[in-house]
Amino acid sequence: MSDPLAKVKGWFTGGGLLWPVLSLAALLAFNLVFQPSFFRVTVQDGHLYGTLVDVLNQGSKVMLLALGMTLVIGTGGVDLSVGSVMAITGALAALLVTTTAWPFVAVLAVCLLAGAALGAWNGLLVTRLRIQPIIATLILMVVGRGIAMLITGGQIVTFEQPAFVFFGNGHFLGLPFTITIVALVFAATALLTRRTAIGLFIEAAGDNETASRFCGAPVRLVKVLVYAFSGVCAALAGLIATANIKAADSSRVGELMELDAIFAVLVGGTALTGGRFTLVGSIVGALLIQTLTTTMYNLGMPPAIAPVPKAVVILLACLLQSPAFRAQIGGLFSRRTAAR
Amino acid sequence: MNRKLLPLLMTAGVLVALFLAASWMYPGFGTARVIANLFSDNATLGVVAIGMTFVILSGGIDLSVGSVVALTTVLIATLVGQHHWHPVAAIALALLLGTAFGWAQGGLIQRYELPAFLVTLGGMFLARGLAFVVNMESVGIHHRFYTAAQEFALPLGEKAALSSTAMLFLALFVLGLFVAHLTVFGRNIYALGGSADSARLMGLPVARTRPAVYAVSGFCSALAGVGATLYTGSGNPAMGVGLELDAIAAVVIGGTLLTGGVGYLAGTLLGVLIFGTIQSALIFDGRLNSWWLRIAIGTLLLAFILLQRVLTRSRPR
Repeated sequence: MSDPLAKVKGWFTGGGLLWPVLSLAALLAFNLVFQPSFFRVTVQDGHLYGTLVDVLNQGSKVMLLALGMTLVIGTGGVDLSVGSVMAITGALAALLVTTTAWPFVAVLAVCLLAGAALGAWNGLLVTRLRIQPIIATLILMVVGRGIAMLITGGQIVTFEQPAFVFFGNGHFLGLPFTITIVALVFAATALLTRRTAIGLFIEAAGDNETASRFCGAPVRLVKVLVYAFSGVCAALAGLIATANIKAADSSRVGELMELDAIFAVLVGGTALTGGRFTLVGSIVGALLIQTLTTTMYNLGMPPAIAPVPKAVVILLACLLQSPAFRAQIGGLFSRRTAAR
Repeated sequence: MNRKLLPLLMTAGVLVALFLAASWMYPGFGTARVIANLFSDNATLGVVAIGMTFVILSGGIDLSVGSVVALTTVLIATLVGQHHWHPVAAIALALLLGTAFGWAQGGLIQRYELPAFLVTLGGMFLARGLAFVVNMESVGIHHRFYTAAQEFALPLGEKAALSSTAMLFLALFVLGLFVAHLTVFGRNIYALGGSADSARLMGLPVARTRPAVYAVSGFCSALAGVGATLYTGSGNPAMGVGLELDAIAAVVIGGTLLTGGVGYLAGTLLGVLIFGTIQSALIFDGRLNSWWLRIAIGTLLLAFILLQRVLTRSRPR
């Protein structure tokens, strides 16, 4: 596989990256034809501005969530609580920033730890108490927003701390800082899962848990770590979302984001049954959703109607992954060739 | 005693304890009026939860319910308010659409072996978007038929009355009990949830039952939407966000196993009433904020799931 061409080919045939990449390309081509301004990038004060940069910036939260979600889904689970974890960590950060004189790095560390702890709680429910992942994480999803409200006292806490504001709105290397965050998390995740045995353990746990345990794979530990990692990703996304509006709005932050993240992972080619995952696919999936959303906004479609095309894409992605549907389509083609 | 009845008894115990505690703490809580209001205030949740019980009993899940409720309310309100349809015609169309929507989701799940979670997630986005396509804003309903339906109430004693939405909820509950426990369809649902493979090998019509279950849930969601238009006198495309989670929580607190095949509709009624009792108590208190409801529901959810684990683990093999 040293041949780069063969490797690129392998991405498409093996990882199932073909469809998400093709869809993203089609969407970009549509924009190229109907609204060329989509591709206009201008430089102002040494920063890049333009719709493409917006897509990356706005999509950073879903990309972060999708990275964590990919690993969880890889173990055959799912994490519904990420939106609530975003709300909790956002509220916590806003509280710490406004009531203490801590440097932002300390606030960040506390919030990431809180995210990891919340995720580990999910992981313990799944591994120790053997609760189905949907239900185990549903508990935190329901309670989480209440906890976030409790932290902020039901108020919207606003703040002006420069470092925190920079976290969501700053620029680095000419690009929004959020892109750097996503790139760092992506690189770390890819290294950890593809250059160490962790990726193998995750896929083993998702493929056949019992067999993996008999082989000596630390299935339970890996699962707890994966949920904790998803919590950390959610914490980062929560801090970005909170910094974006310079306020902790516990009832709104991360609302329905868990669904967007699952959607990104699924569209990216990771099957919900677990046992195999693709990080690149999930990033492409997240970009696909964000491009879709941005395109519709640019076309003047009201944000409220945005779910309709999203639903169509999600159903198509589901169908394309279904063996029964593939067989039916395949049957159509073979019948046609047979008739010829 | 039947072990399966134990969770149901626990739920009933929690409900009675909660209600007694609230009556002791807040004067005026333990009255017929509050009880009657429990039913009318939670009719939308209750009707949705009845449909959700059938879906969960069959081993599936339906995330689209809240959006279908919103779509139904805004559809009825727009047809009656802006296109001058008779409410009965609008309601009939809405019920038909809701049922067809659910049936289509179930068809996809069954035909293409897709995860129910994802298909209904798509359905949730679709119905929510369509609700905003029908109308971007909340629409009021002003029609003689609606005013009459809203004022229609069954008096219970001096100060309490059972509203039309509460009667809708209770009537559907009785119908649901009949379908779940006394019909072939109901038994097929339990069999499907217990083990789809066994059900198929026994010759039960799995391919017909599963879409029908989601159609029932779609019908219930649309009916809940009708109830919501009666209750609020308007249709709102943003209504019922997160309703699916409340409904799932009510079903689980009611003792129905999420793996399917085990549970009772009566438990769901108790779960909805627990939800309503906590909510009413928070309103009576006035000092506690509504987010305590979420925390209380989540804690109960965890407690009941843990109880279920203990019960299923110690079940004699």
